[in-house]
Parts: sequence; structure tokens; C-alpha cells
Amino acid sequence: MDIPRGNILIGASDPKFEPILYLDGVSVSFDGFRALNNLSFYVEPGELRAIIGPNGAGKTTMMDVITGKTRPDTGTVLFKGSIDLTKSDETEIANLGVGRKFQKPTIFEHHTVFENLELALAGDRSVFASLFFKIDADKLARIETVLQIIALASLREEIAGSLSHGQKQWLEIGMLLIQDPELLLVDEPAAGMTDAETAQTSDMLKEIARDHSVVVVEHDMEFVKSLESKVTVLHEGSVLAEGSLKTVKNNPTVIEVYLGR
Amino acid sequence: MEHRGILLPFLLKAPMGGRIMLAVLAILGVAVPILNLAVPVESAFHVPTYVVALVGKYLCFALLAISVDLIWGYCGILSLGHGAFFALGGYAMGMYLMRQIGDRGVYKHPELPDFMVFLNWKELPWYWTGFDIFPFAMLMVVLVPGLLALLFGFFAFRSRVTGVYLSIITQAMTFALLLAFFRNDMGFGGNNGLTDFKELLGFNLQEGTTRAALFTASAVALAGGYLVALFIVRSKLGRVLVAIRDAESRTRFLGYRVEYYKLFVFVISAMMAGVAGALYVPQVGIINPGEFAPANSIEIVVWVALGGRGTLHGAAFGAVLVNFAKTYLTGAAPDFWLFFLGALFVFVTIFLPKGISGLLSRTPGSLPDLSRLKGILAKLTPKGAL
Repeated sequence: MDIPRGNILIGASDPKFEPILYLDGVSVSFDGFRALNNLSFYVEPGELRAIIGPNGAGKTTMMDVITGKTRPDTGTVLFKGSIDLTKSDETEIANLGVGRKFQKPTIFEHHTVFENLELALAGDRSVFASLFFKIDADKLARIETVLQIIALASLREEIAGSLSHGQKQWLEIGMLLIQDPELLLVDEPAAGMTDAETAQTSDMLKEIARDHSVVVVEHDMEFVKSLESKVTVLHEGSVLAEGSLKTVKNNPTVIEVYLGR
Repeated sequence: MEHRGILLPFLLKAPMGGRIMLAVLAILGVAVPILNLAVPVESAFHVPTYVVALVGKYLCFALLAISVDLIWGYCGILSLGHGAFFALGGYAMGMYLMRQIGDRGVYKHPELPDFMVFLNWKELPWYWTGFDIFPFAMLMVVLVPGLLALLFGFFAFRSRVTGVYLSIITQAMTFALLLAFFRNDMGFGGNNGLTDFKELLGFNLQEGTTRAALFTASAVALAGGYLVALFIVRSKLGRVLVAIRDAESRTRFLGYRVEYYKLFVFVISAMMAGVAGALYVPQVGIINPGEFAPANSIEIVVWVALGGRGTLHGAAFGAVLVNFAKTYLTGAAPDFWLFFLGALFVFVTIFLPKGISGLLSRTPGSLPDLSRLKGILAKLTPKGAL
């Protein structure tokens, strides 16, 4: 497959640096409103990337495009260098290895913590495999590991709906983790959390980023700072600036449209 | 873990309500035929034949209610057209029973049922072929509803029609079938439907033993349907269904093909409804397009809501309870029944969102939770009256 290479892809000819996620010239309009306007950026394998931007900058629409919920009007979205995500639907994209955490924690409220993780566990998702599914020691061990990481081991038999807001966020991060996608998209993981929970969430994400590529959309600057990652600033549906948090914070355009207000 | 036998350990893990239901069915299935056939009519323990037929009918409705609970209670698919699958199963059985009449009809035609002779038809329509063979007819009892559910579900679920829109098109489906089956040239007896049945597998349908056997068959079918449904909801597939009910798009983002899961459970449910219809028809002696009436399908939903959706045994209990009330009220106060049904639905929706089984027991085996009942009584009683 012929991969279109824009000028942002410096050094991308080396296969080792083939981006895990590559967006080029993506535009989406809703009733004349341009939610995404010629958006281009890429994420390297194993990278932790923070995406910030004021309300209406197109952060959630970008997530929707990558996960197949919204089809772009124009543009290219490539996963692992060659898989065209604009041709697939949500289920296919999830099975290709792209996981998504929503802004509002969406876990399965009537299932226990354990069952939530079991449902997310990587494996055969077909109807008949589910009908005759039997959990084995391997899978139990994986769920156990994740329960430890998300600090919910003692609550495994609790109904997920009874968890606190922060615990629900962690459970959803745990579900993403056990789904074992190569790329994780995380939408505002620290929204509505206490300071202590926020710090713990940041540690979790950094831990996850050790062997996954993670894209975090966030409002909270303190949280973004704690991630110590490269930052992309979105504004009116396209990239305004990119670099370390310090660099973008000192960028005069960024100060004008976002930080200065 | 030991794996001697699959059924027994599975039964032991069934919820309390379900175990009670299975026990009651086992007792009824054996005792009712004995009390009807072997106990003399003068005895106080004798069960009259009309009661056998009546309770047998309730058991068919209970199976139908379980089929609706399986999709509504566990997967959030509110079908307001499930009566259609019940009726189709009934028609498949009716067609077999019509062919069994042979040349003993009013017009003495060796092959054609009376209504076809009356319409001046010369030969059996192609789609009646094979219905004189019992195994074929029984296959059609599950295949025809299953196939309709497969086609309907494929288009509806693929287009992501959900919630109230899906309910509306299921109503439209059963209404369309109602109109179609009313037509004489459809070849299903039109307005009058199929009736005047004589024999099933050579056994006279008026005979007490045949009726008792049909009753036991209904009890077995209900128990079997319950166990199939229980196996489904207890599997991981069942947990995926509940996940779809609670957060459909999240389930999709986890990589599950939501439409296939819905389709699977919708087809199983339709087949179950078909079996219920097939057992119902020989016990009441007639099947006509009235069974497709949209109101019938809504009534099924009321049974499930009253009994408690998402419990299976609750749905069965609700079906029996409402139909018992219906039998009583349509006799005692015929004009009042529909008002009662409507009021019941409003009452259950507002005060008993989990139905009767939700009121009686929160967790399997625990003591009944009466605090909710007290709360309801307090709401219903004017201030200061208690």
C-alpha cells in the first residue's frame, strides 16, 4: 500500500520509526461547522502524547475519527503505517488494537469489577466463543495483575455502579489495559478527580505507556505537566503547536488563543 | 472440579426462584395428569379437564414470557411484536393438525382442508407441502419464526435501530402479519384461521390422555426453555448481552460485534416463542390471525414487567399471574379487564420497576425485602391515615 508521506514525517522512512498513528489532512464538518480542519499529526510507537486545546478545538471529534465513530470528509488516518482506519467501523478498529476511554466513565454498571475486566480481556469476541467461554488460570492471572495496577483488587466483587467516580475512571483504564491495544486513546482521565486520585492516574498512565502508545486528551494543565510528555495543542480543528509543555507554553500564538485567557 | 454430569451442578446454581419454578413444574407435570385421569370425578382431588387445558395454556404463555425476558430483560431489546413469532409457531402446528384431518372434513376432500375447498382451490399450495409429516412440521415451528427473526433482526440491528424505534417496527411487523393472515388468498384460512382439529400423531385431541400429555409436554418445554435461557444468561455471552443493554457503544469499542449478539439472542427467543405457540394451539383448538394483534404482544411485555424482567423465572410467574387474573376477570367483570391491565402496567412501571420478584428477593436465597412494599404503601396512603 502506498503510504502518503506529508512533510511532518521527517525520518519516517526508517521502518523502526513508522508511526503507530498517522493523521494527514483530516477534515470533518457538521452542518457547516468545521470540527476538524486539515488536521495532521503523528504518534510514534511507545509514545505518550498529551493533546490539549480549548473547548471546541476538535479533541473529541479527533477521537471519534480515529475509532471509527465518525467518518472524515477528507484526509488519511493510518494505523501502524498501513491500516486505513477510515474504512473500518468501531468493532473492527477495536479488534485491530485501538482502545478508547471515554470522557465520562463508561463502565458496565451492573457487572462486578471482575466481570468488567473479564469482558474487556483480549480474546475471541465471537458469539459462540462467548457462549462456551471458560476462564483459565492464565486469564485469571491477567485480571489479577490489572486489578493490582488499578488499585481495585479488594473491590473485585463489587458492582461497578457502586464505585466512586475516580475508581470508575481507573476501572475503565484497567479495561483498556486488559484489552491490550497497541494504541490507547484516553479522553480526560482526570476530570472530576481529587488531587491524590489525579496523581495516581498520572502514574498509571505513565506505567501503561511503558509498553503501549498512549494519546491523552486533557484540560488540566497540572495533569499534563505531570505526564512529562510531548504536547500537541489543537485549535479550531488543526494543530497549533507541538513540543514539550514548556515550549508550547511559551509559544505566543498558544498564549493568545488558549493559555492567555 | 468434578465433571460428573452437567445438568445437576448447573441446576444447583440456578437462582432460588428458578429452582422453585422447576420443582413446581416437575410436580405439576406428574401430578396434574394423575389427578385428572386416575382420580375419580367425584373425588375432591380430581382435576377437571378444563383446568388441565387452562393451566397448560398458562404454561405456554410462561414460556413465551421467558422468551421476551431473554431479549428485553438481558439485552434491552423491547420487542412489541413477539406475539408474531408465537403465532407463526402456532400456525405451523395448526397446518400439521389440518393435514391430520384428512378426508374427515365437512367437504370430505381427501387432501384439501375445508377452507380451501370452500375457496374452490384445486390443489394444495406449495408452502403446505410436507406439513403432513410431523417432524417436518415441528422443524417449521422453530425454523419459520427463527428465519423471520433472523431477517428482521439483521436489517434492524445492522442499521442500529434501537430503543423505542425498534419497538415501533416490531409492532409494525406483527400488524403487517395480522393483515396478511386475514386475507383468504394467503391460504391460511383467513379470518377464521385453522380449527376443527381432530388428531395429533394419531391421538384424539378431545381425549383426556392426549390433553394430559400436552400439558406435561408444555411443562417440559417450559422447563427446557428456562434452562436454555439460563445457560445463555449465565455464560459470558449473557454478560455481553447485559453489557450491550447497559452501554451499547462501549461494548462496540471493546471489540464485540453487537449486532451479531443481538441477532443470536433474538433468533433463539423467536424460536422459543414458536415452540410456545405450537403447544398452545392443540390445547385451545384454534389458531387465527387474532394472535398477531399488536395488543397481544404488548400484553406479553406487561407479564414480564409485572413478574420482574431480567430474572427469567419472574417473567414466567408474571405470565401465569396475569393470565389467571384475566381468566377470573373476563368471567367476573368482562368490561373491566382492559382497564385493569392498563392500570397494572402503570402501577408496575412506577412502583415496581423490578417487578414482583424484585420485591420479594434482592439476592437469591435472601429474605424478602419488605421495606420497598412499606414505602409503596406509604406513598399510596393519604397522609395521616396510617
